[in-house]
Amino acid sequence: MKKETQRTGNRNAGRRRRRHAIRMVAATLVAAGFAVLFLMPIVLTITNSFMSASEISANYGQVFSTTDSGGKTFIAERVNLKFIPDMVSFSQYWTVLLKSPDYLFKFWNSVILVVPIVVFQLLVAAGAAYGFTRYRGRLKEMIFFLYIILMLMPYQVTLVPNYLVSDWLNILDTRWAIWLPGVFSPFAVFLLTKYMRRIPTGVIEAAQIDGAGEWQIFRCICMPLCKGAICSVAILIFIDYWNMVEQPLILMGDADMHPLSVFLSKINEGEVGLAFAVATIYMVPPLLVFLYGEDYLVEGITYQGGIKG
Amino acid sequence: MNILKKETASKELIKRGRIKKEKRTHQAAAGRDKRGKAASWGFLSPSLLGVLLFFVLPFFVVIFYSVVDNPINNEFVFFDNFIRVFNNAAFRQAAYNTFRFSIVAVPLAVVLSLLLAMMLDSRIPFGSQFRTCFLSPMMVPIASVILIWQVLFHYNGLANEILQSFGGGKIDWLKSEHAQVVVVLLFLWKNLGYNMILFMAALSSIPKDILDVAVLESAKPYQIFWHIKIRYLSSTILFVTIMSLINSFKVFREIYLLTGNYPYDTIYMLQHFMNNTFAQLDYQRLSAAAIMMSIVMVIIIGILFLTESYFGKDVEE
Repeated sequence: MKKETQRTGNRNAGRRRRRHAIRMVAATLVAAGFAVLFLMPIVLTITNSFMSASEISANYGQVFSTTDSGGKTFIAERVNLKFIPDMVSFSQYWTVLLKSPDYLFKFWNSVILVVPIVVFQLLVAAGAAYGFTRYRGRLKEMIFFLYIILMLMPYQVTLVPNYLVSDWLNILDTRWAIWLPGVFSPFAVFLLTKYMRRIPTGVIEAAQIDGAGEWQIFRCICMPLCKGAICSVAILIFIDYWNMVEQPLILMGDADMHPLSVFLSKINEGEVGLAFAVATIYMVPPLLVFLYGEDYLVEGITYQGGIKG
Repeated sequence: MNILKKETASKELIKRGRIKKEKRTHQAAAGRDKRGKAASWGFLSPSLLGVLLFFVLPFFVVIFYSVVDNPINNEFVFFDNFIRVFNNAAFRQAAYNTFRFSIVAVPLAVVLSLLLAMMLDSRIPFGSQFRTCFLSPMMVPIASVILIWQVLFHYNGLANEILQSFGGGKIDWLKSEHAQVVVVLLFLWKNLGYNMILFMAALSSIPKDILDVAVLESAKPYQIFWHIKIRYLSSTILFVTIMSLINSFKVFREIYLLTGNYPYDTIYMLQHFMNNTFAQLDYQRLSAAAIMMSIVMVIIIGILFLTESYFGKDVEE
């Protein structure tokens, strides 16, 4: 009798183990499928950037042709989506980097719009987060709540006030119209405050008893402790603004100042060959940031979970 | 001279007794507190001024604009502008499309990302590599991959070829009813990673002993999922739902890059409406529309806060 139960127990355990293994394999396969789908657009863009111009126009010419809208004409056969170019060529990059400065100029536009926003939003936000962390009172909690609401508002709402102010300040159609609302965006304030509020009060009190002033506490205690959070927030701000489309469209009429993220969609038929190379170049900075800062990114997202903190 | 005086004075004070001394330190602490408080407002002020100038104050102007007939006359017309916007066919179309998009995209974004998170949570091989894969779309600017997207969903593109090989007919993806499908796919591609990270954090915060006990009591996996995990995840599920909802209002970016300013009717979103209104510089319509949207947003955010405080208590018990 005892032996019997033991045997069934063993059999059950075996069955469970087998079922577990099957489930594991299935999960891995599903995950792999998703991974392929997720990576495909990125990988395709990169591999296609190594095609020569003629190969691209042969493969995708009709996608970007402006005259023909569907496949009804006789010219259109099929769009050849290729993973690997027939012949690897760097000619696209060569052209983009050396022969047509237009793209590099737009790339530079992106850099000059995004980098100041990241730096100054962090500076402003670090101070604000410290202000929200120390001496919390009713008024401050209410203001913080207002920040959260502002942070969650979509561009449809926030761009209207931004536009009005930029109009009054006469900075419409200049870079300031993008810089200033970006610098004062409540997003970084929110995340850094949430992080700073987790610093044990004992640490700050100890510094205070040792005679540290507010500036010293901020500079020598809060900032070093928040290094990780600052990296996370910097990454999140960077990818958000590197990808910006709405703001330049509305706040900057002059297409010459538009960042590459807007300009890429306007590439026309003749330059399709270059488009993949430009797109790849545009991906490089965020992907590099990602490679070095994936853990910071994950931490930053995790901190967003649970808005109230 | 002064300092000396002060010192002798303070010495005298100390001589007078312990209580007085304590009082003095209290006073000093209070003074320091006051200074500290002022300083903390000082730290806050740059951000506060900027937010007031660029977001809060102009919003009051927006409210003002929304109830007057035009910026020169400034005649009070009450809700006329709102009614005008609401009766506008383009606005209705945009609101309906945005709503329809959210109804489809948000549940998918929540369920699929939960699925991904659970897969990674079950310690499959190459877990961290998979995480990297799922997160990478978040990093890549939409503008960079939009070309490939256009190639995939072109009339003669890969998507149609696959459809045909299964015996389906060709679909003109971007210029038909099906445009929303493409946009939903793009939205999911971009946002699943973010949601997945939120779920993974929540999953790893479920106390291990509860799960161990459940396994010892030979609970079935689906029982563990429904009775334990979902309960602990409930607040995160709500949070992810609402964040996805908010993100789904931002999907204009993808559509604009895919199809330009005037897309097919079913993917004409609220932001398109706003952009085109900006082009006409119709402040009244713009303001009224912005206020209507902000009211909807405030309601959504309010629900987020209420549910969070409700469920937060539930789990902590």
